[in-house]
Amino acid sequence: MTTTCCERCERDTLIDDMPEARQALETYLDGLPLTDKPERNQGFLIQSLHKAQALFGYLPESVQLFVANKLGIHLSQVYGVISFYSFFTDSPLGDFRINVCTGTACFVKGAGKILEEFVRLLGIEEGETSGDLRFSLGGLRCVGACSLAPVVMVNERVYGNVTAEMVPEILNDCE
Amino acid sequence: MSTTTPVKDPAALASWATEQKAQQDSGAPILIRVSMGTCGIAAKTGSVLEVLQSEVQSQQKEGQIEIVQTGCMGLCHSEPTIEVYDRQTRQSIFYGNVKPEHAPAIVREESSQAYGVDILTQNWYRPEEEKADVATAQARIVLRNTGRINPESIGDYVGTAGYTALAKAITSMQPDEVIQTVIDAGLRGRGGGGFPTGVKWQFAANQPAGEKFVICNADEGDPGAFMDRAVLEGDPHAVLEAMAISGYAIGAAKGVIYIRAEYPLAIERLQCAIGQALEYGLLGDNILGSGFDFDIEIKYGAGAFVCGEETALIHSIEGLRGEPIYKPPFPAVEGLWKRPTIVNNVETLANICAIVRQGPEWFRSIGTEKCPGTKVFALAGKVKRVGLVEVPMGTTLRDIVFGVGQGIANDRAFKAVQTGGPSGGCLKSDDLDTPIDYESLRALGSMMGSGGMIVMDEDDCMVNVAKFFLEFTLDESCGRCTPCRVGNKRLHEMLVKVCEGKADMRTLEKLRQLSDVIKETSLCGLGQTSPNPVLSTLRQFRREYLDHVLNHMCTAGVCSALISYEINDRCVGCTLCARNCPVSCIDGSPKELHTIDKELCIKCGVCQQVCKFHAVDKH
Repeated sequence: MTTTCCERCERDTLIDDMPEARQALETYLDGLPLTDKPERNQGFLIQSLHKAQALFGYLPESVQLFVANKLGIHLSQVYGVISFYSFFTDSPLGDFRINVCTGTACFVKGAGKILEEFVRLLGIEEGETSGDLRFSLGGLRCVGACSLAPVVMVNERVYGNVTAEMVPEILNDCE
Repeated sequence: MSTTTPVKDPAALASWATEQKAQQDSGAPILIRVSMGTCGIAAKTGSVLEVLQSEVQSQQKEGQIEIVQTGCMGLCHSEPTIEVYDRQTRQSIFYGNVKPEHAPAIVREESSQAYGVDILTQNWYRPEEEKADVATAQARIVLRNTGRINPESIGDYVGTAGYTALAKAITSMQPDEVIQTVIDAGLRGRGGGGFPTGVKWQFAANQPAGEKFVICNADEGDPGAFMDRAVLEGDPHAVLEAMAISGYAIGAAKGVIYIRAEYPLAIERLQCAIGQALEYGLLGDNILGSGFDFDIEIKYGAGAFVCGEETALIHSIEGLRGEPIYKPPFPAVEGLWKRPTIVNNVETLANICAIVRQGPEWFRSIGTEKCPGTKVFALAGKVKRVGLVEVPMGTTLRDIVFGVGQGIANDRAFKAVQTGGPSGGCLKSDDLDTPIDYESLRALGSMMGSGGMIVMDEDDCMVNVAKFFLEFTLDESCGRCTPCRVGNKRLHEMLVKVCEGKADMRTLEKLRQLSDVIKETSLCGLGQTSPNPVLSTLRQFRREYLDHVLNHMCTAGVCSALISYEINDRCVGCTLCARNCPVSCIDGSPKELHTIDKELCIKCGVCQQVCKFHAVDKH
């Protein structure tokens, strides 16, 4: 759902669409030891965004604005941070977030071919989400499990020593 | 100590340690250590642990066998790994690739041959007091407790002389004595730069008293490096203790650990450790009755490699975009919240306690004159024994790759070792006998970096490797400076051309020129070192570049534009390749020689992989 505040803009209403998540985020933000020094309060921004993304799944404008108001900083500062760090996203991700590790160890052991196979089978490119919001495909820079290279992560689950032939099996596990 | 009363003074700490040690020595005759680091858990060590625990119960062996979860043992090549330690004989046997079905026999203590599991080389560990013998074992200072103790038990840590260095520093040494000790030890930053740690502390200590900060840089972003993760997961208290010591040395009461969000287990263990240390009064106010206060807070990264650079890291902690700024002023003068700050990497800090405990002379007796101590490497890639390696500085690459790592996997030929991650370079076989330290690696056009060491074999194309690292830099450049943002993009385009066989000799010259410009004109370490993989491969593997450019050939058979597949007369017409070809470009009737339509072929190599008759050639 979207609402408009003027003719030119359109704003999502996710923050109101998910009252429980909103409540949890509000409790978290109110519990932060904020100080009377506004610049120091911005130091809580990144951890707040981690919390918000865990609750809402992604960080659209309504959620960004909510965090900004609570921390007493500008929406632009929040957006600046979200757009800088690859962990944060302002668009929804799929139920199954498939991340192929493309760190060096995985690269030399053939991560590229595995990524290609996912692209071929899912019909989406790296960094994209399927239209039905089931799958998101991404590259990941080293999870530090180099001994299992190449590694694929589906949400929290780690697959090690992956080969291109295993890709259909991994997709089958996504139920 | 049965109740959680704060430890009041060093004497109380000492008696707690004695108690813990006695408890550890008098425990069940057999101690089974189970390696539960991230890679162990991913290799399903959890289910092995479960079966071990339930077997001990069902066989009623609680009095005879104690099971403890530890951090990574470093034997990543054969996870799940367990160590069976006999407290009476003080002998250990390491078992690798353990499966849940092996657990009953292990608990029954049957002869090890009956388990059907791999028995790993013994002597993997040497106590820190002993001199290291590289061929069989490693010197462990940083990893002394990793894989040995339960990282979630402060008692275990105290039982191995934990927190005695902090006690010694804050109750019997002046801050400047602590700094002098670290300077005398000659410890250099293990994050890559190699700057003398004590000197850094001195700068911050010399600033007027007031609010100061200690930051632990746990943003281990180099792909292929996992040393810091292992330390944080396996011995978190060592890092906390060292941070408190450095806080005392520079006059800071607050520490911040900046850790990447990709390390959930390390975060969990740190939180647990901080909680315990506060509970026992080893962090917080008036530590050990000395009047010294020190608190530690954890801050999380959010996926930005550049945040490993100290000024960018400080911005990130302040809740800003992690963009680096010009130095000076250095963080030691003006850092977090514009206050004097020291930023030390996890591995650097993990050396501190041992140095304070055993003195600078002991530390200087290990390693080389200019680089005392050890270095932890994360050995990965095409090597037989992938794992975590701690060796004295000055050890040769050959000892690491062919000694500890036992050579190249699958009987392929060694081609290169990549060190220093995206900022480093590749070393070839001629460099195998060079003793490794900061200077020697720099002289070879690479760098120490944080300690990732990726081994490559004859199937790796070095142009493609350079391209890979540039792709990384393109993703991770913060975009602030033009040379890094645009220059690396142009470098990448030129490398793509080389890989496609569309480059000429002028391209190679331009690659070199532009690399030099980026190095000289970028602001931060990321940009200044980003062309290193290109320059290093251009110099060390020039032949491969020339092959791509002049002969349109990729000898490693990696660059798909330069290779083609052909079916030879060993083909029996089994049709397997044709059925597996994703673009159906293989033609042929059953029991007849098949052919590949080279126009349609996408060079995925599936035909060659599935063929059982070696009938598909790659040119």
